[in-house]
Amino acid sequence: MAAVQETIDQVKSIDVTEYKYGFVTEVEVDKPAKGLTEDTVRYISARKNEPAWMLEWRLDAFRRWKTMTEPTWSRVQYPPIDYQDLYYYAAPKTGASPKSLDEVDPAILATYEKLGIPLREQEILAGVAPENRVAVDAVFDSVSVVTTFKEELKKAGVIFCSISEAIQEHPDLVRKYLASVVPVTDNYFATLNSAVFTDGSFVYVPKGVRCPMELSTYFRINEQNTGQFERTLIIADEGAYVSYLEGCTAPKRDENQLHAAVVELIALDDAEIKYSTVQNWFPGDAEGKGGIYNFVTKRGDCRGKRSKISWTQVETGSAITWKYPSCILRGDGSRGEFYSIAVSNGMQQVDSGTKMLHLGRNTTSKIIAKGIAAGKSDSTYRGMVSAHRKATGARNFTNCDSLLIGDQCGAHTIPYIEAKTATAIFEHEATTSKIGEDQLFYCQQRGLSEEEAVALIVNGFVKEVLQQLPMEFAVEAQKLITISLEGSVG
Amino acid sequence: MLEIRNLTVKIADEDKQILNGLNLTVNDGEVAAIMGPNGSGKSTLSYVIAGKEDYEVLDGEILLNGENVLEMEADARAAAGIFLAFQYPLEIPGVATMTFLKAAMNAQRKARGEDELLTPDFIKQVNAAADKLGIAKDMLRRPLNVGFSGGEKKRMEILQMALLSPSMCILDETDSGLDIDALRIVAEGVNALRAKNRSFLVITHYQRLLDHIVPDTVHVMSKGRIVKTGGKELALELEKSGYAAYGEAA
Repeated sequence: MAAVQETIDQVKSIDVTEYKYGFVTEVEVDKPAKGLTEDTVRYISARKNEPAWMLEWRLDAFRRWKTMTEPTWSRVQYPPIDYQDLYYYAAPKTGASPKSLDEVDPAILATYEKLGIPLREQEILAGVAPENRVAVDAVFDSVSVVTTFKEELKKAGVIFCSISEAIQEHPDLVRKYLASVVPVTDNYFATLNSAVFTDGSFVYVPKGVRCPMELSTYFRINEQNTGQFERTLIIADEGAYVSYLEGCTAPKRDENQLHAAVVELIALDDAEIKYSTVQNWFPGDAEGKGGIYNFVTKRGDCRGKRSKISWTQVETGSAITWKYPSCILRGDGSRGEFYSIAVSNGMQQVDSGTKMLHLGRNTTSKIIAKGIAAGKSDSTYRGMVSAHRKATGARNFTNCDSLLIGDQCGAHTIPYIEAKTATAIFEHEATTSKIGEDQLFYCQQRGLSEEEAVALIVNGFVKEVLQQLPMEFAVEAQKLITISLEGSVG
Repeated sequence: MLEIRNLTVKIADEDKQILNGLNLTVNDGEVAAIMGPNGSGKSTLSYVIAGKEDYEVLDGEILLNGENVLEMEADARAAAGIFLAFQYPLEIPGVATMTFLKAAMNAQRKARGEDELLTPDFIKQVNAAADKLGIAKDMLRRPLNVGFSGGEKKRMEILQMALLSPSMCILDETDSGLDIDALRIVAEGVNALRAKNRSFLVITHYQRLLDHIVPDTVHVMSKGRIVKTGGKELALELEKSGYAAYGEAA
């Protein structure tokens, strides 16, 4: 027991000291008073110079939200959130809508540099092969501070900008697709987001266009007591392809910060969207103090025939994770994929999974979920696979594995399977294994240190999912996982 | 050379004492067998030599080539030359056998200040050793020990022993769960590794393993100490008369 106890102790201490993104940036901000009323919604909309239809849409969402209650069905526990004790908007004073990088507060640029996210195109261009370039949209608290490579993308016909800008510049596209996948009243947090969303990314890839580079959004919560409500909308028109990655960090704060995002993906005929997430919000300290409450609604609609949507996520942060990136397989022959690694440590709680809703004929889906729980954390996989009665020939393969480190953590698997057509073939595999003291001793007896042994087993456990990430992010993600579980050195 | 003096050990967090002032010497190149009834402390002895943490050493010392290993972590002991072939080898899910072997060999090399193995050399060594033990190539690609039969697991232990080239090999009940053909393959693998600078401690309950791995010395263990030492004929004698004469029922 001693060895594993030591591992747990050290992992815990690392949670407190090693969250290297936990710094705070000093910038002057513009924010309204705390609390959420119709005035708050009007304030946000006004600050963004939104057209009247957008304000009405938000107010409608707000009125509906007031009639709803917070869901309690997930396996996570947290004190009640006081929605009136939060700030709903925080924008750096100098950066509401900068025209170029020169107008962005140098402190914010320095923040992204510290986070390893390059925002200056010339710096990114130096020595990077064109196919490896990544266009970045950087969101700082409530506003998008800069989007890179816009001009180059424009040449290809790709629109990549902040959602605020899209509402101004491309209202037809926004009105056509916004809330067409996640309805305004979908769930408590999605409705809240609809009322107060502040920024996020908008992507439109036109017919037959293969997006020439990876697109990426980097979310950073900086302000204290501020919720981040971002809204992302990605549309791949017929035959288009786009690969999109989001990264997330936040400073270490003693208070919990709320993050309630909505992400909608729409793939038309023969289109493909690949959406990857590396989520490393502050997880809280060893006693469970602080950390991000991550209540996220992510859903993709395979609206067109033979379309494909693939979610890949590596989740190591957040005090509470509540997210189920899903696919609606509406188009005949469409395909949905979900690859997930959820690492929890310390006092983290994860309730995450996916939904694959087979509506069209000959639709296929694949779910590979890997949960790693250490410390006193608790990890639940919750997944639903369903086939509508018209979804003849639907196929799903689910593989859901849990790895426990130590004996104070928990892993749970809750699959829901519903087939209303006799021709559906659904497979579900699940395993739970434990890195026990005996296994570590066996590895050590062969010459591996305890830390090497844990890393070897964990890497073996997650490699199938890591392979789905774009190369450079896979390396980052692997490092992140190792750091999150570090401390096994005897 | 392994020298154990007055080794007194209890289970950590319990009062139960398992080894009671055990003395044992295994010389370079010697194959020593330890026989004894269940519960006499044989497996505990092997774990304590290898450095498992569930035990508390109350007294005594274990010297490998004059160096006290009790101060060392299990991985350092492995790098120093101690190898334990487990009675129940552990499964390592998700880690291909090849990956595991390479990690283990390189970790030991690193601990000894040697360069990492080049991949082509590594593959050659593994293939040669696997051929000798009749281990199929596809088994090397599977996660270590996961879904292996009892015989396959034991062969895998001997493969690791061959590749890690230890100076002190401990075989804990290696014959358990093996049919006669598997036993012969494993024993041949062990015999091929016998060398002047390599010692063996073969722990077994039954004499039949010792028909295949012929020991130089046989020690009888009872109640946590060595109670009798003799030549290989002692094993045959025990087979006939049982352990009753040593104060315990077989």
